[in-house]
Amino acid sequence: MKTTIRVGALAAVSALALAACASAPEDETSESATSGTSESAAPAESVDYMACMVSDAGGFDDKSFNQSAYEGLERAVDELGITKAQAESTSDSDYGPNLEAQVAAGCDLIITVGFLLSQATVESALANPDVSYAIIDDLADNDFDGTTDAPNIKPITFETDEAAFLAGYAAASATGTGTVGTFGGMDIPSVTIFMDGYNAGVEYFNEQNDGDVSVLGMDSFSGNFDDQPAGKNLAQGQLDQGADIIMPVAGPVGLGAASAIQAAGDSWLIGVDSDWTATAPEYSDIVFTSVLKNIANSVYDTIDATITDGFSAEPYVGTLENEGVGVADFAEGTVSDDVLAELDEISAGIIAGDIEASGAAE
Amino acid sequence: MSATTEAAAPQKPQTPSRAQQVLREILESSTLVVIMAIVASMLIGAILIAFADEEVRAASAYFFSRPGDTLSAIWEAVSGAYTAMFQGAIYNSNVDSFAGQIKPFTQTLTQATPLIFAGLGLGIGFRAGMFNIGAQGQIIIGATLGGWVGFAWHLPVGLHLLVAIIGCALGGAIWGFIPGILKAKTGAHEVIVTIMLNYVALNLLSYLLSLEAFQREGQDNPISPTVDTNAQYPLLLGDQFPLHWGFVLALACAGGVWWLMERSTLGFEFRAVGANPRAARTAGMNVAKGTVLVMVVAGALAGLAGSAQVLGTEKNLTLDVAGSIGFDAITVALLGRSRPLGTVMAAILFGGLKASGPTLQVQAGLPVDIVFVIQATIVLFIAAPPLVRSIFRLPAPAHEKEVAA
Repeated sequence: MKTTIRVGALAAVSALALAACASAPEDETSESATSGTSESAAPAESVDYMACMVSDAGGFDDKSFNQSAYEGLERAVDELGITKAQAESTSDSDYGPNLEAQVAAGCDLIITVGFLLSQATVESALANPDVSYAIIDDLADNDFDGTTDAPNIKPITFETDEAAFLAGYAAASATGTGTVGTFGGMDIPSVTIFMDGYNAGVEYFNEQNDGDVSVLGMDSFSGNFDDQPAGKNLAQGQLDQGADIIMPVAGPVGLGAASAIQAAGDSWLIGVDSDWTATAPEYSDIVFTSVLKNIANSVYDTIDATITDGFSAEPYVGTLENEGVGVADFAEGTVSDDVLAELDEISAGIIAGDIEASGAAE
Repeated sequence: MSATTEAAAPQKPQTPSRAQQVLREILESSTLVVIMAIVASMLIGAILIAFADEEVRAASAYFFSRPGDTLSAIWEAVSGAYTAMFQGAIYNSNVDSFAGQIKPFTQTLTQATPLIFAGLGLGIGFRAGMFNIGAQGQIIIGATLGGWVGFAWHLPVGLHLLVAIIGCALGGAIWGFIPGILKAKTGAHEVIVTIMLNYVALNLLSYLLSLEAFQREGQDNPISPTVDTNAQYPLLLGDQFPLHWGFVLALACAGGVWWLMERSTLGFEFRAVGANPRAARTAGMNVAKGTVLVMVVAGALAGLAGSAQVLGTEKNLTLDVAGSIGFDAITVALLGRSRPLGTVMAAILFGGLKASGPTLQVQAGLPVDIVFVIQATIVLFIAAPPLVRSIFRLPAPAHEKEVAA
């Protein structure tokens, strides 16, 4: 027993020793002098600005909106030279303390992710009028008077239905079976807005082209955002009912759907939030398109604008017009040039307000 | 090895000097074991922190060229983390005002409150021989019922809070009654029944939160309206501190549980049923009644833990209202040896660890997972006194059995 421990310890120490043989870096002054001339993407200068972020219980590795938001923060650190601090929440009771710790740490801007943090954000914002706040996917309006509850909160929301509408229209034009499908993670507005827009897009296609494409799964929910087998089952069920294009709006649960679709062959997946050909490359051969919700960009832009022009509590609404939402490139050979032209027209119509993307738009 | 030889020492014929005796008493005390456990876990935690720190990793790559860099990076990472932990849980010297300085400790007590309630309930069960895993579900149902009373009813000051608290206790009691009666009548094992009831409770809450009646006006998100101010626990120390009267109620419950278990006939029956059900039955006790009552009391206390959440800190109902309290409370109860005072102390320790999470993340920049690992290591060492004794070569206490029980 003791010898085993000794041998193990010796092995560990020698491994460490071998790993520690690299040469020391040059002095810091010469280091920064060389990097100044090189063409690396290092920040030109560092700014005295601290942006902070609190996740909801999903954590920053949720492959969904927490992660997108955090990517935006990291990009701001890399490109704008700000400092950051982040706190992951593990339960509801963490929101308040996490916000407090960030205020205490001297954060200039605190970005909270998700409607669950609404109340905690408002309370913290009212208690700390000198700190700026932004909240993603929520209007920070808990008394329902139509305005933000604290003057120093910038709500960041997305009209995802506009982009989903385009995806729905394109899917309806491309389906071979006349049936497309969708399902959500939970029956919450930030999910159903995708599904409503998608459904409206299909209906609009039917109206315009005398089509008869039906949408499955408008009331299907996997119940959470992590049960991949449930996603696989839901997708399989829809494939069995004849759907050949499915849009899972359920974060990582969609990966389960992707595996079912890949196994079935001859059918397509519509990704959500980010471009799935990039985030889930193993399924890139079945990705029809992705409905993009550019949370990362909105976070980056908010930080950028706040540094240059000062903080503005003006709500940010991601739309097709400001490219806060959009659709990724369609898989090759699935959508005809005619349809692409129609999509451009529809897109212009939505921006102009001639076409209502979904009844649920706020 | 060494522990047993040392333990045999007092049996030697020569009488130890008074000083030796005092020293021995100190060494044998469980307080010292707890302190040494914290020291041991801080050492292990320091290693983990050093590994998790990016600067340490960067500097260790050239350890042999310039070892000073690595060592200073390790020192900075470790001392920074423990300073943050202390400042997050006990006393923050960075702030000027006295209120700001002691705020972390009130935060610790606030986080400890639901753990005290639920830990007390579980402790009663453990002493009565019931391994109740269902605190999570009991908290959820308690919080649901009490929360609903809080936001759907509108009663005068005082009365509303009282009714809402009773609602919480009642909800938990119902959820404890089910496995109790199933065990008493059919022999269904409480571990399985309570685990399953946790799922039932969570999904029931999920369903309820999808109903209009449980949602905020004009919103479809699964989050309930805020409970009326009348139904919220008043703050104990004023607006600056999060600590609410739920903490006082928790301490009162701890006193009540002590009286129940140590002084009342019912508590004696509970313990007798736990120690030896057959003997208890022979002695004329109603084991079935005891089983059901234990679960009802445990459930009611867990329900009160829900009240600390829904009427104290969160003030609304979401799917995550119970967090991981129901499971943390199992550790708290075991750590506190299922005794009320021990449970309160263990809950405060856990509350402190929870309260230090945000500062560890924000101030020390540690990933939340490392925070959990450090917390778990501390608990591991405290929960295993023989391990700590053997590490520090402390003598085993003369009455080892009682401590280990």
